[in-house]
Amino acid sequence: MQQLNLLLTSLPDGILLGFVYGVAAMGLTLIWGVMNVINLAHGPIIALGMFSTFFIYIRFEINPYLGLIPVAIAGLLLGVVIYFTAVHRVINAPHLSSLLATFSVNMIIIGLGTAAFTTSPYNVDFNMGSFKLGATTILGTRVIAAVIAFLFTAGLYLFLYRTRPGKYIRAVTNNRDAAELMGVPSTRILALSFGLGTMLAAVSGALIATFFPFSILSGGGYELKSFVIGVLGGLGNPIGALFGGLILGVLEGVIPAFMNTSWVPVIEFGLFVVILLVRPNGLFGAKK
Amino acid sequence: MKRSLYSIVTLLILAGLILSACGSSAPAEAPAEPAAPAEPAEPAAPAEEEPAAPAEPVMTEETVVIGFTSSLTGAQEVSSKRQVNGFTLWLNQVNEAGGIELSDGTVVKFDYKTYDDESNGERVQELYTRLIAEDNADFLISPYSSGLTSSASIVAEQNGKVMITTGAADDDAYKTGNTGLFQLYTPGSLYMSSTVDMLKELDPDAKVAIVYEAVKFATGVAEGIKPYLEENGFEVVMEESYASDTADFGPIVNKIQGSGATVLLGGGHYPDGTALARAIYDRQIGLKFAYLLVAPADTKFPELGDAALGIAVSSQWELAATHTEAEASNMGMEWFGPTGEDFAADYEAAYGDPPTYHVAGGYTAGLILQKAIIDADSTDPEAVKAALNAMNLMTFYGAIQFDTSEEAHGLQIAHKMVVAQWQKNEAGELERVIVAPADVATNEPLYPIPAQ
Repeated sequence: MQQLNLLLTSLPDGILLGFVYGVAAMGLTLIWGVMNVINLAHGPIIALGMFSTFFIYIRFEINPYLGLIPVAIAGLLLGVVIYFTAVHRVINAPHLSSLLATFSVNMIIIGLGTAAFTTSPYNVDFNMGSFKLGATTILGTRVIAAVIAFLFTAGLYLFLYRTRPGKYIRAVTNNRDAAELMGVPSTRILALSFGLGTMLAAVSGALIATFFPFSILSGGGYELKSFVIGVLGGLGNPIGALFGGLILGVLEGVIPAFMNTSWVPVIEFGLFVVILLVRPNGLFGAKK
Repeated sequence: MKRSLYSIVTLLILAGLILSACGSSAPAEAPAEPAAPAEPAEPAAPAEEEPAAPAEPVMTEETVVIGFTSSLTGAQEVSSKRQVNGFTLWLNQVNEAGGIELSDGTVVKFDYKTYDDESNGERVQELYTRLIAEDNADFLISPYSSGLTSSASIVAEQNGKVMITTGAADDDAYKTGNTGLFQLYTPGSLYMSSTVDMLKELDPDAKVAIVYEAVKFATGVAEGIKPYLEENGFEVVMEESYASDTADFGPIVNKIQGSGATVLLGGGHYPDGTALARAIYDRQIGLKFAYLLVAPADTKFPELGDAALGIAVSSQWELAATHTEAEASNMGMEWFGPTGEDFAADYEAAYGDPPTYHVAGGYTAGLILQKAIIDADSTDPEAVKAALNAMNLMTFYGAIQFDTSEEAHGLQIAHKMVVAQWQKNEAGELERVIVAPADVATNEPLYPIPAQ
């Protein structure tokens, strides 16, 4: 009975956090889906998003949610810059080349971040209150983060399915050569896709910073979670990533009700391996 | 265009490599070559009328190299940097004062060699091997944290080196037959004793949750305190560990609430401690008291804002409860080193912020090595080891004496801890005050913690 209560208490937390995980994973899986590049700079970009919230709120005293607009724009531009400087040249090379290229970007960002911020934890002392739902305490920051994550997902969906650049992205995802023959400017579309991926990573980091302390190294954990979510939702399927995020969030909320919290990563990564073995296209199907 | 892109990428990679090289492995300046022994003076022709005067001891300078790693990056960065700052303050002071003069006329000065261990145990083993084999370190200081010290102590012991351990409270390393380790911190198994004694006075019916980081140090503390809690009649309603990289403490805090605990004892190190403190505050689960290891002892902890209020910590040293020469005299103990006030003023002048117990630990590691060399009247490692074994003295940091039994050689047996708590002063600012033991307390404990 106590475990059931605990489960009911932790479930809403897990669901709300799952939305944010979903946005982080969407960035990773979008890039993979469009250009078959595993972006190992995903984690540090999430961390940069966290620091942007810190500076926007603590130094400039701007509401972190308003701050998401410049964070999203900066994330998009950063992604385009990374694409042209590190990824574009190796886009057609074997996967190892792009993996190493993004790993280099990862090391550069962590090196610069460590020099600038050290690896000390930072905290954004930001509170949106809380309310009781039965025995559960729901935090305002998590509710708002989940709503924003949902809006970003909906926005991405509309962008991909209702706008010309979005359709170009889908066309390039399906068959880049054919898209180019149809006049789609594939290089610009690839850069835009990479920019969107990093934008989503930065935004998720900015949201996470409103409820957890963080350091320049914190992004690594969320990058790993993004891989698990990507596999759960189907690699290259951004909308599936949201559902994958929800599943992971729920697992993180529910597992501690039944066993020691230390088991959470064991089960998460065990699930990762199982999905890869029995359903390599993910629960919601890989890119089409 | 292609060439310029190549140039940009190359420049970025070079910049990253240079920065990571600067940030990750910045060895201190190479230790100065030991000064060449002074040429023996040509014996002067004795004057016929006067008998030869006894020869003055020839002054020679010897530089002792102390090796250690520090965590300039990674999870232990905050506390490790403070420990190193304390150590370098001692080193600069002793060298500026002219070093240590031995009876044979040798003047001993100190230099150090250090590398960034990145808070990584495997790297610690590589680097301590390098410090011993390539840098010829004469004595070693431990890295910060029990886990890293455990790795370093194996290398030190294998090479027969004396290692003063500070920032490492775990008991286990001293129970493996080591002979060269000497621990400054109160052992982990006794870390929370003062807090439990205080709770017994405040609320003997408290229900306790023990929630701790799954690392050597915190596990040792948790395992050490559980029997003591039960001996004192407390009910332990929850006991659970969590991974070091845990960011979301929501499920754990919900579990604490579900257990009916009124008191939380736990934590581990700085990053997880701050996250746990914030999660407790965010959820307002009605805890009357929360004690966390390490994190609340840092001067950065109030960055949490109101989430820091009421959080208690064991402290190896606090300026408000610093040990004094008068105390040493009353206890019939030898006093050595500066007063706590002088140490704190010198540290603040050098680094711009007040010293924490990590700083005091780093400083005292140097101080007791200095005292051991004075007592041994030699820098010979065996003589210094013997002096450390015989040591029983009081410094501003507290009493220092080591277990000399075979079962637990080097374990600290004299040093006592205090309990500090973050409270608000009259101006509404957070400050860390001493709440136990009663004889050194500066404030009453904040119990229960007020709901925000």
